[in-house]
Formats: sequence, structure tokens, C-alpha cells
Amino acid sequence: MDANTFLIQVLNGIQYGLLLFLVASGLTLILGIMGIINLAHGSFYMVGAYLAFSLSQHFGSLWLAMAGGVVLAVAIGLLLEWLLISRLYHRDHLYQVLLTYGLILMFEELRSVVFGDDVHGVAVPALLQTSIPLTETLSYPVYRLWMSAVCIALAIGMYLLIQKTRLGMMIRAGSTNREMVQSLGINIDLLYRLVFALGVALAAFAGMIAAPVASVFPGMGNQVLIVCFVVVVIGGIGSVKGAMLAAILIGLVDSFGKVLTLEVGGVRFLPELSGMMIYVLMAVVLLARPEGLFGKRG
Amino acid sequence: MADAVLRTERLTKHFGGLAAVNDVSLEFFTDQIHAVIGPNGAGKTTLASLLSGDLTCTSGRIFLDGEDIAGLSADRISQRGVGRSYQKTNIFLPFTVFENCRLAAQSRLPSSMRFTRPALRYDNVSQQALRALEEVGLEHRAQVTAATLSHGEQRQLEIAMTLATRPRILLLDEPLAGMGSEESARMVELLRSLKQAHAVLLVEHDMDAVFALADRLTVMVNGSVLESGFPELIRASAAVQEAYLGTEEGAA
Amino acid sequence: MRKVRVATIVLLGCLLALALLPLVAEKYYIQLFTKMMLMAIFAMSLDLLVGYTGLVSLGHAAFFGLAGYTLAFAAPQYEAANLWLSLPLAMAGSGLLALVIGALVLRTSGIYFIMVTLAFAQMVFFVFHDTKIGGGADGIYVYAKPVATIAGWEPFTLENHTHFYFVVLVLLVLVYAMLRMLLASLFGRVIVGIRVNEQRMRSLGYRTFRYKLVCFVIAGALAGMAGYFAAAQFGFVSPDTLGWHQSGGVLMMVILGGMGTLNGAILGAFAMMLLELGFQGLPVVGGVNIGKHWQLLMGGFIVCAVLLLPHGLLGLGRLASGWRRRPGGAADG
Repeated sequence: MDANTFLIQVLNGIQYGLLLFLVASGLTLILGIMGIINLAHGSFYMVGAYLAFSLSQHFGSLWLAMAGGVVLAVAIGLLLEWLLISRLYHRDHLYQVLLTYGLILMFEELRSVVFGDDVHGVAVPALLQTSIPLTETLSYPVYRLWMSAVCIALAIGMYLLIQKTRLGMMIRAGSTNREMVQSLGINIDLLYRLVFALGVALAAFAGMIAAPVASVFPGMGNQVLIVCFVVVVIGGIGSVKGAMLAAILIGLVDSFGKVLTLEVGGVRFLPELSGMMIYVLMAVVLLARPEGLFGKRG
Repeated sequence: MADAVLRTERLTKHFGGLAAVNDVSLEFFTDQIHAVIGPNGAGKTTLASLLSGDLTCTSGRIFLDGEDIAGLSADRISQRGVGRSYQKTNIFLPFTVFENCRLAAQSRLPSSMRFTRPALRYDNVSQQALRALEEVGLEHRAQVTAATLSHGEQRQLEIAMTLATRPRILLLDEPLAGMGSEESARMVELLRSLKQAHAVLLVEHDMDAVFALADRLTVMVNGSVLESGFPELIRASAAVQEAYLGTEEGAA
Repeated sequence: MRKVRVATIVLLGCLLALALLPLVAEKYYIQLFTKMMLMAIFAMSLDLLVGYTGLVSLGHAAFFGLAGYTLAFAAPQYEAANLWLSLPLAMAGSGLLALVIGALVLRTSGIYFIMVTLAFAQMVFFVFHDTKIGGGADGIYVYAKPVATIAGWEPFTLENHTHFYFVVLVLLVLVYAMLRMLLASLFGRVIVGIRVNEQRMRSLGYRTFRYKLVCFVIAGALAGMAGYFAAAQFGFVSPDTLGWHQSGGVLMMVILGGMGTLNGAILGAFAMMLLELGFQGLPVVGGVNIGKHWQLLMGGFIVCAVLLLPHGLLGLGRLASGWRRRPGGAADG
């Protein structure tokens, strides 16, 4: 592999990883803080992408679509939390899985009714349509760099929010001792609603910015969800740091897996089985550290 | 004197920067009740957990009949003859009293990977379970669901389950917790009868029971052993009085 | 004991009804009920994991689908495979996959376990979807139903839908009986104990990992049995057969019916399939083809069921007759 390809794969891998991080961080926060496993998290990613598609056609601008889309997605998220998710806090994970699975079915079918089953493309905003030359022979799309930059900015924003603000402190406290936080007079229901809305917003936003690159298609939500699960398992539940590390790792593994060739004993593992690589990675982590790289033991 | 059944050597357990159990060296002999007392947070339950394998120690050794068992999993340690009852009742609530004990007794079979013969047809196991229930005085409640037992009866069941595994050493963590005076008296008699053929570690707050039963006494404070030896001497010790017994009236 | 008698009578009644069905029903219904019985076997195998051992697996369809593929591979081109060879092969294959996956996923618990079972099942999905092994995303056909010839004698033929029906009915009864026996055995008591209080089981001296793994393998093999016949009946296997919609669907059956009861799994399987048919058959209302979008109704139903039926349909029945719900495995001396 030459240097150019290597560079491209590194950039692609990091960009994919950062996007994954955006979605996975919402999942791990909701999981770690609220103890809710939300299978429909991927559906919000899909909702974001489809909103980007339809609203950008409506407004003629992806920027406006993003703004409107995030607001809409958060509204949907808040509604769902208030109506349904809030009833799951004291239930077994099993019932959370089932209820959110039912939500997936509903989201998918609604999508089918409203948008149909075709694959759609979303145009990259005119502002970001150029490519930056990296080397003499190589250019890299600005939009992808912009995506990575946005993800990093949001990651920093999240870190500051959780570590440096009062709200963040309440969130961290609420994850370890719900009753205590309540008795301190903090409205834990509102807190949870905010966390959920934050998670949803991250997922939907990720879907929106990914739309021009990854296109908009049925099943995109489920696909990203499962990869996010792998991120959370490898990184450790509740650990945003772990999610970042795991996401980048997976992004790189996925990216390189697609271009490398690996043949063992006459059987070609790569690039044919590149989709499997991240699961192999997960298996390895499970063998060494079942609680994830940064997860809590026991 | 015969060798100690269970012996710890500089046993230590750190949680982060905190030493919950610090450099503890104790011995436990058969036909002897060795009580461990101390204020809340002294590390008594942590000590019991280290000995039963529910927790792994940070450093130090644990010898069972001369064999170093530190680091072994709880199930392996149980199979080597260590039985533990828990401070917070740790039984199978949806099962009957009998089934709780039967399951405990079943653990002594060489293997439970048997898929055809009904479990209730293993008569030895059932007998063992009933015997354990008789020892604690619960045999008349055998068919009752464990969740409906009174608190005292549940504590009795805790002990029965431990006995059903026929251990050589009993680690009893506050068996009298939450009991009224009549139940306590019964439990004290039961504990006294258990001394035979067992080595007993008794973690307790009830001082009357402790001084009625203990052959040896260890006082722990902040994870370390303050004093250890004959109960009467310890009772008279000024250091212990100051650290613990003096404030015992207010203790849980 | 009264409870047990009523339940037994109901069960026997259902068995009788199922046995008599082919005498009165048309081919379509016979085949429909065959499918429902196969899903019941699939659901029972998952109930063993979820309801009795407390292991919530979101990837159980991997074992179901793999068996279908095994059948497809075992059948020579356009010819039929031998039932007596290919069925054990398919079950062993699924069992082996369960052994490998189980050894990894059982190192986790709780939420992690749910996620990794899903992830590993997805990996199996990818193997079949992205490679040429099983025809890729297009799937693979099972052109002829397996033949049951043994030493020249053919006791029944699966090409005949009534024979197929009765074979599956017998299997349903056998699997049910086997699981009941299993749950009453030493192994079964350990499994149930693990679900109620695994930590206590370990401190009592049980090597709980082993028992969970064996249980996982048994459940996988039984799911394989169901998947084998499902593929034989449908004549086609695709990656979706291993996909997570399949896993989610069967989990729903177990919960809906009432987990930890075995009877609930059977009830749930029948109920879910009838529900699916019902939704699909809904008419066109106001220009909208509701039937086509039955998954929306199914999703809504699932959401409502979780919120309103905490113990599934069986729980509803028990409530109605004033029984207290007993979780799977409460022993009665």
C-alpha cells in the first residue's frame, strides 16, 4: 500500500470513527446514566438523515435543514421519553429491549410510509464542496474534514459540559445515586429527560452530517446501532473516553479492512470479510477485559 | 493444639486508596468460635468476603489446611469446605425453604450435569437438606416459600443453607442482625451447638451473644486488628474499651 | 395441585386439537400451523435461556438460521438430503456455533450480554450476507424436502404436508417433554438457581459458567432443529433468517406469552403469528394499505404489551383466575 492510500484510509477511518463516536456517546450516556438500553437509538440516526434529506429539499439548504432537523429530532426524543421511556426506569433490561425494539419497527414502517424505500442522496453544501490538496497527487474532500472537525468540537463540548458545569455534575451524580440526587431537590426526571434529549440530538445530528457522505437508505439506523453496541462494549459502558477510543479504533479497523488483502491458507479473509473485523476485535476485547477498556469491573 | 483450619497472613484489601482490611493475621481452629467485633466500617464483612472468595485480596495469604487459597474463586473455596452466611440475607426468595437447602446440599455432589433423573429423587441430597433444616429448627417450615418467612426465620435459613454444604469452617456474618430477643436467644443456642466439628468465624455486633459464645475474640478498627486473644482479657483491655466497647451502647 | 391439573387438562386439550386439525382443515391452515409449531419450538429454546436461566439473548436467530443453511448445503444440487443425517448435522452445527459464541458472550452479563449476543449474531449475518458461501444476500434454495429413508424404508414423506405437520407435532411434544425433564433434573435446578441468585450459587460451590454454557448450547441446538424444518418447509434460506428481526421476533414471542413457563413460549408463538397474519390481512382504509405496513401495528402492539402486560398473556390469565404468579422453577417439594 502506498503512502497516499495509507493517508486516505487513516483520514477516512478517523472520520468514520468520529461519527461513530457521536452516535455511540449518546448511547453510552443514556446507558450509563439512566441505565436504559435503547435499541431505537439507531433509529434517531436514521431520522436525522431522512430529515436532512427532506428538509434540505424543502429549504434548499442543508444548513437550514440541520438546524430545523435537530430541533425536530429533539422534540421527538423528548416526547418519546415523556410518554414511554420514563416508564422503563425501574423495569428489567429485557423490557427496555422489547419496547425499544417495538419502536424500531414503528420508526422503520413510518419511514417507509412517509419517505418510501428508495435510497436517497443528499448534496454536500456548496460551501464545502471543494477538496483540499494534501500532497502533490492527493486531494481530500473538505466536507469530510469539516465533519471530523465538528465531531471533535462536539466531543470537547460534551467533555466540558459533563466535567465542568453544574449540569454535568448533576448528571454524573444522577448516574451513581438517583435517590440521593432526588432528595437534594434536583428534579431527576427533568435531568433524565435532558440526557435523553442530548443523546437523541447527537444521534440525529450525526445522521444529518453523514447523509451527504453515506447516503440515506432503509436499514441505516440498525446498521449503525449494532456498530455502536460494539463501540460501547469495547469502550466500556458509561465511559465517553472509552467510546472515543473504541470508535476511532473501529473506524480505522473498518477502513483498513476494506482495502487490505489477507489470505490465510488459501482463504481470503480480507477484503471480503471486512465487515466481520470489528466483531473479531470485540471478541478479542471480551476475552481480555469483559467489562470493556474503560468499563467498571464487576 | 492442632493446626489452624484457616489462617490468614498479613491479609490486606485496598479499595482505591483506602485499606478496608489492613495487615490482618488471624487463626481459626475447629471446635472454637472466634468472634470478630468492631465499629461499623472496621472491615469485618470485608474480611469475611476475602476468606470466602467473594473478594480478592490485594496482598497477603490465606491458608486453608496449609493450602494457600488466596485468589481462588468463591466456588472453588466453597468446595474446599468453607461455608459463608451473609449479613444481608442472601437466599433464594422464590423457592421453598426446602428447595433452598436442597440446592445448597446438591452442590456437594461430584457433578450436577445430570439431565434426566429428577433432582428430588436424589435421596441423599434431600436427607442432607432436611438434616440441615432440623439443625436450625426450620424443618416444620420446609414447604413455605422463603420470601414469606419472618426475618429471623430467613436468618435461620441462611445458616441452614451454609450447613447443608457441610463445611469445616463457618464464616457467619452478623447472624443475629435484626433479631428480637427471643429469636436471638434461639440463635445463640444454635451457634453454640455449631461449635462442634466446625471452626467458626463470627462477625457480630450483639455483645451479649459475643461474650456468651466466643472462645477467641478479635477487635478490628479501621481495617486493622486492634487486639486479639481471650475474650475476658480483651474486655478488660483499656485500649479496646476506649476504641470500641466504651461506645458500644450506641452501636448498631 | 389443582393448578397443575387444570394446566395439564388445557395442554392435553390443545394437543388433541392440534392432532385432529389435519382432519378438518385445508392445506393452507395445516401448513400455517406447522409453521406456528416450529416457531413454538424456537420460542421454547429461547425461553430456556431467557425465562429459566435469565440470559437475555438478542442473537438467538443465528442458530436458527445456520441450521437452515446447513440443510441447504447438505442437500446435493436439486436433490434431497437424508433427514436422519442432515438433521443431526444441522443441530450439531448450531450447537457448535452456540458453544463458540457462548464461550465468549457468557464472560459478560447484564446489558453487555444483550449487546454482545446481538453483535455476534450480526457477525454471523455478515458472513452469509457479504460472502458467496450461501448465495450472499440473495439466499439459497432448498429444492427438495429431506427424505426420511432409512435402510430402504420410508416411514413418512415430508413432501406431504400432512406428514410434515405430524412430524413437527411429534417434535413439539418431544421437545416440550424433554425440556420439562431437563428443568426438573439436577442441571435444571442449577439453571433456575442461577437466574434467581447467581452470586449465591457461586458461593455455594457451583461453577456457574459451565452450566450457563451448556444451557446456551442446548438452546442453540434446539433452535437449530426449528430452523432446519423451517427451511425445509419454506424451501428457502436467506441472511434475514439469521437476522435480528428474527431474533427480536422470537424474543417477543417468549415475553408476550409469559417467560419462564414453557407454556408461555408456545402460547406466545401462536399468538404472535396469528397477530401478524391479522395485521397483514387488514383492509385498505382511506387509500392507505394498512396491511402492507403491518409492522407499524406490530411495533405499536409490542410497545403496548410491554407497558400493560408485565407478565405476558399467561400472567393475564392467572390474574383473571386469582392465581399468584410463580416465576419459572419454584419447586414444590
